[in-house]
Amino acid sequence: MKTILFIIQKEFKQIFRNKAMLPIIFVLPIMQIVILSFAATFEVTNIELAYIDNDKSTYSRELISKFKASNYFTINGELSSAKQGFDAMQKGEIDVFIEIPSNFERQLIKEKEIALSIQIDAINGASAGVENAYINQIIQKFNAKIRAELMPVIPKSKGLKRLELTPSYWYNETLDYKTFMVPGIIVLLVTMVTFFLSGMNIVREKEIGTLEQINVTPIKKYQFIIGKLFPFWVLGIFILFFGMNIGRFLFEVPLLGNPFVILLFASIYILVFLGMGFLISNFTDTQQQAMFIAWFFVVIFILMSGLFTPIESMPSWAQKLTEFNPIRYFIEVIRMVMLKGSGFQDILPQLIKITVYAIVMNILAVVSYRKVS
Amino acid sequence: MKDQNIIQVKNLTKKYGDFFAVNEISFHVKKGEIFGFLGANGAGKTTAMKMLIGISKPTYGEATVAGFDVFKNPEKIKKNIGYMSQKFALYDDLTVNENIIFFGGIYGLKRKIIKHKTKELLSYLGIEELGKTLVGSLPLGVKQKLAFSIALIHEPKIVFLDEPTGGVDPITRRQFWEMIYEKAHQGTTIFVTTHYMDEAEYCDRVSIMVTGKIEALDTPKKLKEIYKVDSMNEVFLKLARGE
Amino acid sequence: MPYMVQKTNRKEFKMKKFKGFIKKEFYHIFRDKRSLFILFGMPIAQILLFGYAVTNEINNVNIAIFDKANDAQSEKIIQNISASNYFNIEQIIYNEADIEKSFKKGKVKAVLVFEPKLAKKLTKDNKANIQVITDATEPNTATTIINYVSVILQKIQMNLNKDIKMPYQIKAQTRMLYNPELKSVFMFVPGVMTIILMLVSAMMTSISITREKEIGTMEILLVSPLKPFQVILGKVFPYIFLSIFNALVIVVIGYFVFRMPLEGSYFLLGLESVLFIVSALSLGVLISTISNTQQTAMMISLMGLLLPVILLSGFIFPIESMPRPLQIFSNIIPATWYIIILKGIMLKGVGIAYLWKETLVLIGMTIFFIALSIRNYKIRLE
Repeated sequence: MKTILFIIQKEFKQIFRNKAMLPIIFVLPIMQIVILSFAATFEVTNIELAYIDNDKSTYSRELISKFKASNYFTINGELSSAKQGFDAMQKGEIDVFIEIPSNFERQLIKEKEIALSIQIDAINGASAGVENAYINQIIQKFNAKIRAELMPVIPKSKGLKRLELTPSYWYNETLDYKTFMVPGIIVLLVTMVTFFLSGMNIVREKEIGTLEQINVTPIKKYQFIIGKLFPFWVLGIFILFFGMNIGRFLFEVPLLGNPFVILLFASIYILVFLGMGFLISNFTDTQQQAMFIAWFFVVIFILMSGLFTPIESMPSWAQKLTEFNPIRYFIEVIRMVMLKGSGFQDILPQLIKITVYAIVMNILAVVSYRKVS
Repeated sequence: MKDQNIIQVKNLTKKYGDFFAVNEISFHVKKGEIFGFLGANGAGKTTAMKMLIGISKPTYGEATVAGFDVFKNPEKIKKNIGYMSQKFALYDDLTVNENIIFFGGIYGLKRKIIKHKTKELLSYLGIEELGKTLVGSLPLGVKQKLAFSIALIHEPKIVFLDEPTGGVDPITRRQFWEMIYEKAHQGTTIFVTTHYMDEAEYCDRVSIMVTGKIEALDTPKKLKEIYKVDSMNEVFLKLARGE
Repeated sequence: MPYMVQKTNRKEFKMKKFKGFIKKEFYHIFRDKRSLFILFGMPIAQILLFGYAVTNEINNVNIAIFDKANDAQSEKIIQNISASNYFNIEQIIYNEADIEKSFKKGKVKAVLVFEPKLAKKLTKDNKANIQVITDATEPNTATTIINYVSVILQKIQMNLNKDIKMPYQIKAQTRMLYNPELKSVFMFVPGVMTIILMLVSAMMTSISITREKEIGTMEILLVSPLKPFQVILGKVFPYIFLSIFNALVIVVIGYFVFRMPLEGSYFLLGLESVLFIVSALSLGVLISTISNTQQTAMMISLMGLLLPVILLSGFIFPIESMPRPLQIFSNIIPATWYIIILKGIMLKGVGIAYLWKETLVLIGMTIFFIALSIRNYKIRLE
């Protein structure tokens, strides 16, 4: 036990002595939470819209003004031809353009039906879908308004049957994306800092030759591993604590559940990555190699964690793969506890899985660490 | 054997695939002796030494160090030996004191004793004022003497030195050897690899390895007589050329 | 004349040295089988994995039903819901309290609540209400669920009203340009390509240069007859090839596996990719000038590059929706421009006439990175 303390003391000294690393460890994560949380939103706003008004009638102007009034659209300008519209779209200047035909008003009143041509830049398929929905909403409202103006009152028996939908958004009434992203980004930072630092730490000693020096001492494997990893565990917990406070006070992310449930989960979760980092450093000779492997896993873990894109949308084989993704579990848990107030019982399945994961990783790490070659 | 032979080696071998890095070497080292382990680069010195200090497993053969078998009890050996490699593996980003505390600590010394030892060690090296200096900023000579002293901090029975004087000036080398002599007089066994032949003259006995085998083993004086030359350098050259 | 001869000889000699140096760098990389495997295997694995798995199309959402009506009408709606690919009815709920329980366990994302006597109300009042409670911790999923349900309800409603003709209708004829099926792969392939190129180039060069510094071999190289820029160039050179190869692999996989269109000029795509690679490499060199240990270089590359490239470049999240300061900030990320260029060439099929501005920005950034690196090195050498 005493031996471990000596190692821990040394690791902390080394961490705090590296003047270049300190800001990276402490300042960068905070900046990232602050900046990136604002960036990560799937909300579609500021849609650049251009139009061609071949009719220049009261109705056509009214329709355009409806788009102008909407919060989602920014009117980019009026175009003279469709060709100009396609051109602007190819340059990426506009997202949508609408072409109003020359007989718009007349035909609407006479034929009671008129087609409106709409072009959407659909490279971002999801955004395009949302843009389309917004456009349809505006057009339907406009339809209803004209109908109300032009149509006589219909008796109730012949009236339209309507199925109304009342949406309610639990836990996040304003559909604030930051509430959703901040907890996830905290998880990412905790993961990246602990994983990469621990992964590189031991390889670094290998590279500078001090590991050999330690291997000729009577120190026990477990003492060395615990001593090396503990400081990074503390670091991880610190970043978690800091991140959650920023989330609460800067972004007003709610903390409905018990923070100790998160702390408990995080304590075990960090062990998974420390073990993994140690494991990688056992199988590599240079920091560059270690980095590579760590990076490979982290990018996959991040993009398949449900942080940015929902896991349910993945094909079922990919969903099965995410079962092996520790980041996924922590993101689920931190969101559940912070945003929904889930309790210990609710997160038990995730807790069990992550504990098994941690045990397996660390056993592998201890077994594969050899003092003797 | 008893206390006489503190290192005892028989047919010790390390194979990498078909390649014999160390090929059935046998020798013994007496207590308090300065034993020189010579050989050209790649002759197998370092590999042989690594087997003795328990960080490399021999393919076959027998060896006991400080009374413990290298196969069965490598961890017990480690308690009884000190080791200093050619890289002076101290932490550059820790201060002199911190390095002493760390290495003392992992050898299981008590904090009080480490404190006392630190004082003693610094004054012995004449660097009392450098305790809070980063090791990385010390001159090479000082670093090397410090590394040697730290390798001895737990008062081991044997110290293994792997090319300890690479890259330092003759004066520092001289001083370094004086330290080695002093320790040997106090009863510590010194096992040293080197390729400076003048240093070989300082040893009580030397062995010379050529391509994995020990080709000669005796006192420097005897070796010179056998090969009918005036210096160890010539002995070495004759052996290396296979004459 | 003899002087001239000597001079050319020396030049040749230097060239030879330089070639030898580049060779050494290649050996370094190719001898390290593990790194090599990762360098080539990683992009392939990632593009395949992400191409299939990373999507924000929402389907198979687990939902629960709380049917207080239990009549023919609610039955019909439930049938329609379960027939759609979007939803998967995971649970039937019988009381209010279970809604919260189910959400807290994360079992379902939405609960459909049918009001009592739904069918009766519909015939009597011409109006019936269906409540959709969503777990809005995930706002995007929540709004999408609402949209999907409302589309299904509208279809049912149209069926109910098929006898009544609707006058005064403006009908939208919408065309989805460049991506008619709204596939999210079109978004993600250029993004993943950018991420991989950025990180392989910037991170690997910064680490490999800092490594030479850390183990002390940089000094040896700098005192050799090679000029400092040759040393750096030599280090960077192999990574240019690696990255070009990776880019090629990604485009080929995108084309054959994910049916990414390649409308524009291959040649331009190649040129722009080389430009981006060079700019990422010079960024890597710049990072190496400001870090002394590999650890520092790595942390700067990772924390400073990985997350911003994922989040701010328009790879996943639309830049237009970000707050104004972040939109401005996204302009200084080279990846942002490269993604625009990639989408332009691959999906829109536009040429340099449309992309010269983005190209110029990338060139400008590259020059800036290089100039700054040179300045930093000079300071170091003095």
